Amino acid sequence: MIRATLRRVAPQIFILGLVLLLNFLLSPGFFKVEMHQGRLFGNLIDVLNRGAPVALLSIGMTLVIATRGIDLSVGAVMAIAGAVAASVVTEGSHWLVAVFAALGAGALCGLWNGVLVAIFRIQPIVATLVLMVAGRGIAQLLTHGAILTFNDPGLVRLGGGTIFSVPTPIWLWIALALIVGIVVRRSALGLLIEATGINERSARLAGINARVLLVAVYLVAGLCAAIAGIVVAGDIRGADANNAGLWMELDAILAVVIGGNSLLGGRFSITASLLGALIIQSVNSAILLSGMPVEFNLVIKALIIIAILVIQSPRIKHSLYLLRASSGTQPPVERPSAPRRRSAGTERITEEGRT
Amino acid sequence: MRHSTKLPLYITIATFLLAYALCIAQFPSMLSTRVVANLLTDNAFLGITAVGMTFVILSGGIDLSVGSVIAFTGVFLAVVLRDTSIHPLVAFVLALGITTLFGAVMGAIIHYLEMPPFIVTLAGMFLMRGLAYVLSTESVPIDHEFYDWLQSLYWKAPGGGRFRLIAGIMLLVFLGAMIVLHRTRFGRNVYALGGSAQTAQLMGVSCARSTIMIYAVSGGLAGLAGIVFSLYTSAGYSLAAVGTELDAIAAVVIGGTLLTGGSGFVAGTFFGIMIMGLIQTYIVFDGTLSSWWTKIVIGILLFTFIMLQKGLAWVTTGRIPRASASAAQS
Repeated sequence: MIRATLRRVAPQIFILGLVLLLNFLLSPGFFKVEMHQGRLFGNLIDVLNRGAPVALLSIGMTLVIATRGIDLSVGAVMAIAGAVAASVVTEGSHWLVAVFAALGAGALCGLWNGVLVAIFRIQPIVATLVLMVAGRGIAQLLTHGAILTFNDPGLVRLGGGTIFSVPTPIWLWIALALIVGIVVRRSALGLLIEATGINERSARLAGINARVLLVAVYLVAGLCAAIAGIVVAGDIRGADANNAGLWMELDAILAVVIGGNSLLGGRFSITASLLGALIIQSVNSAILLSGMPVEFNLVIKALIIIAILVIQSPRIKHSLYLLRASSGTQPPVERPSAPRRRSAGTERITEEGRT
Repeated sequence: MRHSTKLPLYITIATFLLAYALCIAQFPSMLSTRVVANLLTDNAFLGITAVGMTFVILSGGIDLSVGSVIAFTGVFLAVVLRDTSIHPLVAFVLALGITTLFGAVMGAIIHYLEMPPFIVTLAGMFLMRGLAYVLSTESVPIDHEFYDWLQSLYWKAPGGGRFRLIAGIMLLVFLGAMIVLHRTRFGRNVYALGGSAQTAQLMGVSCARSTIMIYAVSGGLAGLAGIVFSLYTSAGYSLAAVGTELDAIAAVVIGGTLLTGGSGFVAGTFFGIMIMGLIQTYIVFDGTLSSWWTKIVIGILLFTFIMLQKGLAWVTTGRIPRASASAAQS
């Protein structure tokens, strides 16, 4: 089990190691972790801490993408959750009430997406686009267009505090990943999700309740987004409906894709997605540490991402596989003549053939 | 239901007319050529972008890079006109060349590396935005007499409305797109590819060429939209046009084009743009509504149109056994 996981995430670990090494070369003190006033400090901790929102989002996004879906609304849901938490807490309620209200809002958003996708059979990208466009408007409606600030210690602690001298967001994403990972991998749920993603029709014929599964997956994505929204709001001690989680859905999708999960659904690995999130954050940190002019940040990030994606593209993977196979036995799969649509199947078979 | 594919288009047009009628009922002054002219001028760059997006979506893909391409083009033009002495027209040609090539490269990556358009154009979005930053992080004003001359071109309609050059460009782009989509082989290929890439290839459509051309068209039109945007704002700013891709996608969907590809019309996109512009105009006229209502209303509209298309699909597929004869004729 662990060995198989390790083999699966080996490329991601390799890339992460490479980027971290680059960080180390740029700033020799990168791996130094210090203790100041009962809190761990260091660049490595920063990567783990700053990467928390994307890591949290990527957990839910992995499950959604595994069902051949996509959730564009998570950034907007983050804004909604932050706005709900802030407005509840500024009205004088306990911070736990605010957290549960925000989680409820996130679950509601997820449920909405799930119902659109599973019951009304709307393409996921369109179904979640509705909430992506409207969600930020709803969040602004909740905060009346202003940035709602709060000083509640409980809520602030979730975003900027520490537990056992480690920043809380790190605990949060690791805990959530463990919970979700154990639930999907220690039961048949993960397998059922993969089956739905590979071929929903046959999954249904095999007796899988794909509808409930789809709704549940979007619900989890909504909950993850809500937690990320609370973390971001707690960090800046305020709910910024305009900017909280802006374009973070794209980072989350990237994290999942860098994690080697196919956008066409099927086999997934949450660990790999989390590594993807850390890779993105490490790239950000490397660009910052390099002291390059800030203007170049996005170009470098784009180039690194394109390089990672090209290496992982089905075509290149397939050629590598053929290269490896040509020395020994015949490759088990013929190259399909039709592009794109059928390539999903091929990729999956080659993946299975390899592991 | 012989022309069921055109029904979403008619519904979009009807929605626009109804919404406009409701607006006029509340604010009679909205029935003036000024409002119409402003509607066209203010949405010119979005309209041109949406035309390119319609091509991409009709072929079953998506292009997230257009907003960044607009920003890049604007900054590129501003910087080139500031630092060199070349004529704006040459700069326009250069900008269009770069953006078309950029789109073509994305199309080639999508086709040859078999990567999902969503991810490729997402990377393209980062790259173009990044290049815009590299050129300049500040807003660069454009001050050129040729620009002033272009901006001063307008046709004054009775009633005081000024139909400016950029509105004309948008209308021309829409007309051109209609001709290309319905009267050329390339247009047929776009629909065929969106219907089913596999079938299209079996029928002899060159998928590689079509895919590359489609994304080149989208990139080139985004570049043209960038030129129009720079004429509109007289400046180039690397943070401009953030999120335009979403507005364009929303307009295409409201216009009745299926995001799965293969079905839809450019004319629908035009009315989609007009509906979105109308909402904004209404909010300006009303004065008490806050800007976030725009987003919520557009979200609701998106939802309504998607559900409408779903409903239509159910109705038409339910009728297939009986309507197959008439469907074969049409």
